[in-house]
Amino acid sequence: MDLRGIGEWFESRLQLGSLYRTTAGHPIPRNSASWWYVFGSATLVCFVLQIVTGICLALVYVPSADEAWTSLEFLNYQQSLGWFLRAVHFWGSNVMVALMTVHMIQVFLMGAHKYPRELTWVIGCVLFIATIGMAFTGQVMRFDQDAYWGLGIGVAIMARIPIVGTALVDLILAGPIIGAETLSRFFTLHVFVVPGLIIAFVTVHLRLVLKRGINEFPVRGKGVVPEEYDEEYAALIEKEGIPFFPDGVDKDIVFSAAVIVAILFCAAIFGPAGPNGEPDPTLIDTVPRPDFYFLSLFAVLALLPPQIETFVLVYVMPVAILLLFLIPFIAGKGAKHPADRPIAVLGVVLICTTISTLAWLGISSPWSPHMDAWSGEPTPVAYVEERSPLELQGAVLIQARQCRNCHALGGRGGQRGPALDDVATRLTADQLTRQILQGGGNMPAYGKHLSPDETTALVAFLRTMRPIGVPGAR
Amino acid sequence: MSEDPTAGRTPHGVEGPITRRSFLFKLGIGLNAAAAALFAIPVLGFVASALRGKAKQAWIPLARVADFPEGETRLATYRNPFVVPWDGKTADIPCWVRHIRGNKFQVFAINCAHLGCPVRWFKESGLFMCPCHGGVYYEDGQVAAGPPPRGLYEYEYKVKRDELWVRAGRIPTLAQSV
Repeated sequence: MDLRGIGEWFESRLQLGSLYRTTAGHPIPRNSASWWYVFGSATLVCFVLQIVTGICLALVYVPSADEAWTSLEFLNYQQSLGWFLRAVHFWGSNVMVALMTVHMIQVFLMGAHKYPRELTWVIGCVLFIATIGMAFTGQVMRFDQDAYWGLGIGVAIMARIPIVGTALVDLILAGPIIGAETLSRFFTLHVFVVPGLIIAFVTVHLRLVLKRGINEFPVRGKGVVPEEYDEEYAALIEKEGIPFFPDGVDKDIVFSAAVIVAILFCAAIFGPAGPNGEPDPTLIDTVPRPDFYFLSLFAVLALLPPQIETFVLVYVMPVAILLLFLIPFIAGKGAKHPADRPIAVLGVVLICTTISTLAWLGISSPWSPHMDAWSGEPTPVAYVEERSPLELQGAVLIQARQCRNCHALGGRGGQRGPALDDVATRLTADQLTRQILQGGGNMPAYGKHLSPDETTALVAFLRTMRPIGVPGAR
Repeated sequence: MSEDPTAGRTPHGVEGPITRRSFLFKLGIGLNAAAAALFAIPVLGFVASALRGKAKQAWIPLARVADFPEGETRLATYRNPFVVPWDGKTADIPCWVRHIRGNKFQVFAINCAHLGCPVRWFKESGLFMCPCHGGVYYEDGQVAAGPPPRGLYEYEYKVKRDELWVRAGRIPTLAQSV
């Protein structure tokens, strides 16, 4: 039997030819093999990377509250190449979330969610949420102070849901506090449940892509008419269809390879994330911050007016997510090309700008007091030159009473309240006294903690805080 | 392969005379439904056993009264009364103890009432500050500034033989305090 005969022997049993024709070799429109259409496959490649690195990490990681942090340190410093696989897993997750988001935006802008691909979009939304779920549970796997207090924030949000809030908290924590059972629960979600769901839904997502075809590249002025679309698409495939593999896959594999190399580079150069401090709740000198995917949510929670916060969390956000699912049923036909859909484009720009601005604010967190500013940021020398002894007493009090935690001087210190460099141009002595003693406008009242003499000194100093040549407020 | 071996037969479960095969098929469905239920009950019971938080509170000794000078607020920690052996340090829970005078105390949960981050006490300004979203509380736990919807959570406490006891056990949330 020659080589060809052996091949045929296997083929007559495995029948890979017909499998190929209905899967990798399925015909796609020639213009769909575009650089715009590479993000979905690259997201899937990231997912495979996550599975491989995840399995490796699970060989060493101990999902137990008393050992998880130590095993992460072991991975970083003792396990051969442990630091690198942790880094690949971390950067892979970041890139996966980023590519998935770009994929979603691209699909929306190209009108690919419209007839007959509504279900593909809905499944994609499920995958989006599942991936964000992986990001959150993954952040918990890095069981450090951020993970511990991040869980606390999650629990506090859940508890705001009426009626079922307490039960949800119990289900999430699996115990009365954040502890061993909580970590086990999140480990199970991160390693078994959610990846299983992702594999299942990716399968459906891909089947839909195969059965309903990949979206043709949108054409200016041409919209979807459901009654005619199927015939038109079949004609397009008939006329200029190419098999996805090997003819339409070129850009996908180039981009995917570039993504993998980029992840490996980031991992090698920037290394793994954390773990930061040990997850010991008694170490309270901590400033918890989420990973970048949740920075915008973190910022929203600081900036929303407190009265509507629960309402937004419990009602507005779920409705917004529901609307995301319903997009193809709200706008499932008509124009596809972004140039014909100004409102859709504007919507994308608006949402992206909002989320990135919030994330940016989340990094700098201007609403948080700088806990060490009072002892760590000295009053600028220029502000104590040629001051009277009384005014200097006030300058001392500015530091000692922790005013600097919320108020900056010379650009340093908290940004929670206004900077005090020119406060004398805005407030008179009486207004300063009233503001300090009674607070208001989001400032605590200090009446109980300042003697009359101290208040006098403080106000005397603050009255000198104005640029040369600018008169004080009167 | 041109002839469908099932052609002309009534599919199982569809109307028709009861044959041995269709009876077995229906019996199989019924047995599997029963088996699924028998299997699901312990599985769901296992997972839902977490729904028991309400009962989780117990009185525990926190520290000696003499450890807390009058008029001061100090950090204290206790081992959570409900633990599993591999909880590690996560079961060491901190709290703020404000000794007002005599046997009068306020024991605050560490968790900010906004979203649970750990608040820090600043003696000089008499304020608790939260590092996450800028919640600020006065020394008596009342909201001074920022987004918290209520004051700091307070533990029930009692003084017994010069010892300060608190009722503790669960993480405080807006749905239920400590």
